[in-house]
Amino acid sequence: MTSLTVFFIGLFYFAALVLIGGVAYRIYEYSRTPAPLIIPTTPAPTTRSGVAMRMTREVVFFESLFKSNKWIWVFGWLFHVGLALVLFRHLRYFQEPVWFVVEFIQPFGKYASFAMVIGLAGLWARRFLVDRVRYISTPSDHLMLALLIAIGVSGMMMTFVAPTDIVALKAFALGLVVFDWHPLPNDLFLIAHLALVALLMIIFPISKLLHAPGIFFSPTRNMVDNPRERRHLAPWAAALDRNKN
Amino acid sequence: MAGPEFEVPALSDYTVVPKIKEGATAHLKTFPAAEPTQTYLGYPYELGEDWKERAIDRMGQILDKFRSVRVFMDACVHCGACTDKCHYFLGTADPNNMPVARQDLMRKVYRRYFTLPGKIAPWLVGAEDLTEDTLNQWHNYYHQCSECRRCSVYCPYGIDTAEITMAGREILNYVGIGQKYSSEILNKVQKIGNNLGLPGPALEDTLEGLEEDILDDTGVAVKIPLDVKGAEILLVTPSADFFSEPHVDSLIGYAKVFHAAGVSWTLSTHASEAGNFGLFNGNYETMRNVAMRIRDAAIELGVKRIIVGECGHAWRVAYAYWNTLTGIGWGGADEFSKQLQDQLDMRYPQPMHICEYTWDLIEKGALKFDKSQNDHRVITYHDSCNVARASRMGDEPGGQFTIPRNIIKAVANHFHDMPEGTIGEATFCCGGGGGMLTDDLIEARVKGALPRMNAYNSVVQKDKVNFLALICAICKAQFTKVLPYYGFDRGSVGGVHQLVSSAIKLD
Repeated sequence: MTSLTVFFIGLFYFAALVLIGGVAYRIYEYSRTPAPLIIPTTPAPTTRSGVAMRMTREVVFFESLFKSNKWIWVFGWLFHVGLALVLFRHLRYFQEPVWFVVEFIQPFGKYASFAMVIGLAGLWARRFLVDRVRYISTPSDHLMLALLIAIGVSGMMMTFVAPTDIVALKAFALGLVVFDWHPLPNDLFLIAHLALVALLMIIFPISKLLHAPGIFFSPTRNMVDNPRERRHLAPWAAALDRNKN
Repeated sequence: MAGPEFEVPALSDYTVVPKIKEGATAHLKTFPAAEPTQTYLGYPYELGEDWKERAIDRMGQILDKFRSVRVFMDACVHCGACTDKCHYFLGTADPNNMPVARQDLMRKVYRRYFTLPGKIAPWLVGAEDLTEDTLNQWHNYYHQCSECRRCSVYCPYGIDTAEITMAGREILNYVGIGQKYSSEILNKVQKIGNNLGLPGPALEDTLEGLEEDILDDTGVAVKIPLDVKGAEILLVTPSADFFSEPHVDSLIGYAKVFHAAGVSWTLSTHASEAGNFGLFNGNYETMRNVAMRIRDAAIELGVKRIIVGECGHAWRVAYAYWNTLTGIGWGGADEFSKQLQDQLDMRYPQPMHICEYTWDLIEKGALKFDKSQNDHRVITYHDSCNVARASRMGDEPGGQFTIPRNIIKAVANHFHDMPEGTIGEATFCCGGGGGMLTDDLIEARVKGALPRMNAYNSVVQKDKVNFLALICAICKAQFTKVLPYYGFDRGSVGGVHQLVSSAIKLD
């Protein structure tokens, strides 16, 4: 086993721990912080199932963004749908036998990478071309896009230009899952791809990527518009009731 | 009126997104609050030695108490969707008036003191130390936000800048930088009973005068009762309704509707104000204290129903928060809530908006109108932000848009809506909401009104509209002041119940 393999085995276990632990901690933090007042952006659904529908439209179709700005919507949606397909396709490296749906998605997943990178490029272009967006962009906003594009392009290089030893790679990936470790092919694009993915996993819980779990906790989107019918009290607010009255 | 010391934006038919102009409104500073009013509210009135620790400490408490602020600080991806949605940005071009930039004034401090990347690599993620300059920026730009929530409609994560502005103002207050206007109002409402500081006897006098006016006008003895125990309905309305023009015409409208319905109703001296500036400052306890006056008045007078007059933010607090803050509403199983629920009439939503009440009577055929009395008016309707995006009327989502328009169409013949994208949930703020209705912010108010004025202008040109109807005391006062800057007649603004008042037939 080469030192490269050992390093990447360690890196991926570490990255997975940080990602899962970090995001779990954030979700714990969001869920334990009360929303003391009913603040859905109205018109809002008046039932729980209505809220589930609203959230689904928001997460799947980016409803609010669609209302807001068609360019950001097109690029953002292309990127996210592309990423979803690509990620789903990557499940094949972690399972044997491969599920039928994963098999089915394989060709779409390959070309979805184009949608992903085009979307990212469009979003990045806005950071230079639109003065308002240029004003609010921080170095980390640029680097995040650079990172995602680098991940996408290095992956596409292996898919379309310089294939890596896919059998060995799958052995390596499966090995991580079942703790039966195998050597990692020494291939420039692969090494770059995996290192950047690990980096992305590590920064996920401390970056703006938290918008992914965050949206589900956004009170303006996940609250039911029923304040006249239900008394909504946060624990700390309920304490005021007891003390003063 | 003295000429403005700033350039009033030119009117057009629609609002163009401006190129950013850094620092365009950096000079706009609302007057700071003085010692007596701040002390009464439990705040210091100047920065102490330990202001920085206090500010960070308060931010931490807010992050632990309000999920909105915690999630919103993390979730923003700087996508830019909100950047062209704020009326203050559209009117001033100051980039700090873009919702995301306004949030970032706080987010940069949050990142520096509460996140790992901000602690180790602040330059990378736009994190910055909290300095007096930061506080100054907050004081500027958290008072150039009317908390109208337009940005929250368009944010893919529903980030509501109003929540950040409220948190920012609370931290400012907590370290000793208050706003004179809001601070004084929060004193008056708690000490005297209303935002205008109108004492009981003066109120009684005013109402008697109004009764005489109505009698002279219509020949009908319409009463405006005050502090009547055992009345069925308690009407809680903004105090501007008692003496400001055009507000008072809506009060007369409510009185005529109650008269025509033949119900007993009353106003309360103790609760002679529907407005609640506690909302604007983001202090839950203050907002609760102010709201509690309504509960106390309702219990003292023994009323069965509580109805709220034409006021945008008051309706938000009443509709969305009263049940939480004061138990005015249904569903509470605790003693505190039940005490009031046992008294209130369970056949009705509590509280109810005056428009819901009037529309209900219209649907039942209980009110008779002579629509031709409004024929000299070509009417459009301005959706006030807190009604549109933070509350509801009726049973269906969106009732807050249809019910007031239905009333207008029932009492008048000529109605035209302003263009799509400027009404309904996309409505543009009047420019004076959220604690900004003060002369020290007149430049922001005039420029912030631009998108609404452009939309109004388009129906003035196209449909010969001459009346801007609405249901908010702050909007009424703001437009009365701002319309002339844009060349419109200040008398062309008025309440929906002013229209009702003109057309209603009394026996």
